[in-house]
Amino acid sequence: MNDSTIAPERTAWRAGLAVGLATMIYGVSFGALATLSGLDVWQTCFLSLVMFTAGSQFALIGVLASGGLAAGGSAVTSAALLGTRNVFYSIRMAPVIGHGFFRRAAAAQLTIDESVAVSMAQPTRRAQRVGFWVTGIVIYAGFNLTTLIGALIGDLLGDVSAYGLDAAAAAAFLGLLWPRLKERQTQAVAVGAAVVATCLTPVLLPGLPVIAAALVAIVVGSMNLFARRTSK
Amino acid sequence: MMSTWEIIILASIICVALKVAGYLVPPRALQHPTVARISNLLTVALLAALIAVQTLGAGETVQIDARLPAVLVAAVLYALRVPFAVVVIAAAVVAAAIRAFT
Repeated sequence: MNDSTIAPERTAWRAGLAVGLATMIYGVSFGALATLSGLDVWQTCFLSLVMFTAGSQFALIGVLASGGLAAGGSAVTSAALLGTRNVFYSIRMAPVIGHGFFRRAAAAQLTIDESVAVSMAQPTRRAQRVGFWVTGIVIYAGFNLTTLIGALIGDLLGDVSAYGLDAAAAAAFLGLLWPRLKERQTQAVAVGAAVVATCLTPVLLPGLPVIAAALVAIVVGSMNLFARRTSK
Repeated sequence: MMSTWEIIILASIICVALKVAGYLVPPRALQHPTVARISNLLTVALLAALIAVQTLGAGETVQIDARLPAVLVAAVLYALRVPFAVVVIAAAVVAAAIRAFT
């Protein structure tokens, strides 16, 4: 591609569309898994329409699937903890989005991993804005549509585990995690958290091992352990 | 005990509030490097823990089954830079195939 002949805004459009379409598969697996974990089609669609942050949505249904309604508190906490990164995304996006109540309200809902990543990868402020909105809107439309499709399929199929969709959810989480594993510190935290969560699974109520694993991040982050050099 | 709707609505309100918060706070408030670092590592820790529980957990027990090879295949495919959608489908196919033949 010859960057000198293509305006940065067009590149941003393409990046947004590509990322948006690629993440649609997410919606199908979320919809199907959510119905498997005991949600009805309305509840599943509500999560994608309102919560709209895939990591938290998968966390919520994952905890409900293993612990049932008794694990409701853990489910809410897991979703909230995973959603905290969006605060930092919003802070970064605020100057890109500009002012205006409605514009900021719409932007807040579309502030997710992908829209922020595409936006921050663009060279100009204008292209950053285009990248954010295109990615956010394409994903919002696509993710909600595919969530509905997935929920209907899940409803129809019954036991989704026979089709390997439980493994697909783990693979989807891994896809979210993978780009974050470039540094020694994040690698150490990932391994530590996985070990803590696995070891605590037979001991604690479902949902709590994941929250306990968050302590690994707090300990390593506050003391800045394993921060020698990046292995990128 | 909360009902399913209560859990969903409460969690949704919190997640939306977190997104909105970043547009409301003065930018300097959360720029301390330790706070930013913990936030980043929190995401990593939770995702890793969810992968572990989703792959090995079965209620309150740890169980090795078709999910583990499926996730290992996914890891290899991500390392080979295979696109996300393909990896997720491949993991589902591996797990389904193992279950069909065992």
